[in-house]
Amino acid sequence: MRSWQVFWPISILPAIAALMVLSVPQAFADDPPDPAAEAKAFRDYFIHKFSDVKLENFVNGPYSLNEGMRRQWQEIEQFPPYEFSLEKGKELFARPFTNGKNYGDCFPNHGIGIRQNYPYFDTKAGEVVTLELALNDCRKANGEPAISYLGDDMAALTAYMAFTSRGKPFDIKIPDDPRALDAYRNGKRYFYTRRGQLNFSCATCHVQYPGERLRAEVLAPALGILNAMPIYRSEWGSMGTISRRFATCNSQTRGVPLEPQSQEYRDLEYYLSYVSNGLPISGPGARP
Amino acid sequence: MTVTASTASGQLFLWPLVALSLVGCAASANAAGSQSDFETAYAAADAAEQEAGHLRNRWTVTETALAGARKAAGEGDFDRARDMAREAEALAKASVFQAKSEKEAWKNLEIR
Repeated sequence: MRSWQVFWPISILPAIAALMVLSVPQAFADDPPDPAAEAKAFRDYFIHKFSDVKLENFVNGPYSLNEGMRRQWQEIEQFPPYEFSLEKGKELFARPFTNGKNYGDCFPNHGIGIRQNYPYFDTKAGEVVTLELALNDCRKANGEPAISYLGDDMAALTAYMAFTSRGKPFDIKIPDDPRALDAYRNGKRYFYTRRGQLNFSCATCHVQYPGERLRAEVLAPALGILNAMPIYRSEWGSMGTISRRFATCNSQTRGVPLEPQSQEYRDLEYYLSYVSNGLPISGPGARP
Repeated sequence: MTVTASTASGQLFLWPLVALSLVGCAASANAAGSQSDFETAYAAADAAEQEAGHLRNRWTVTETALAGARKAAGEGDFDRARDMAREAEALAKASVFQAKSEKEAWKNLEIR
């Protein structure tokens, strides 16, 4: 049997398509999003699903849901695996560019304690600006080459910036600009859209099955999932950025990842961060 | 016509050569046919995969099948190359179908 036949018996695809189209209420298709109400519904879903987990603890991912894993994690946190990256990030952040300036010159409050405000919607550029994008924009503005969004240096820099924001609640704003609402809506669509040969959406794992096991892993809830970024993953043996996490998620479903910091990924980050507003930054984090 | 012993033995000697050349021609025709089949199958797969790319929904397994088809063709194994290209086309079409159906179906998963 060919591999695709396991998941997609071609002969029944048209029938499935017809059912999918018919099952969607037509009125919904044109409903404008109400981000505040949607964020509340999102939060309430997880609070109801995991009634014994404190709201602020959702930022600890699978450790908030599984007692055994939580105990292991508390032990790990005594000598956290992200510590080397954190030190490297602090050093990189302060290191002067060729022109004598440094990253701090590109950010409000010299980049300290501002992680919770990213991503934001830039009304001049008409697009979502993530912290990773802002760091590379800073480099370019100072005549430095961009660094990889998937690499260790970007992870280290964002780890340091997250660390200076620990405990501060996510405060993502959607300005009164139809383009910002479109970005939010696009991010939401991406989050719920099934992709890859395995036909998984982000929501399949992180809304429908958080707390359940996928092989050896306990799936994290979507609520607060970005508050812990960047993360050290034992599976990777290194730190990973949000870009790396999104790309990995796509490839795990057998989908070809998009370009790091593509509009889709930035909009997804905007949506996921917005629905976690009010939850504290806990990054950098550690995960299995 | 008188058939001498020498001409008869010469004809007998030629038969295997004729047979071999006929087999060779047939094999060559098959190879040409397979290559043509592969090229047709690959073009169809590539077109479907480009559509999937346009929809931002390519699958890794499609890319693997396309690469396998190219590799097999490069090694002259056009039957295998054709089969892999056909598999790639089926995968690419499934990813296109997925992308199109999800344009509306994603809403069924949304928390409201």
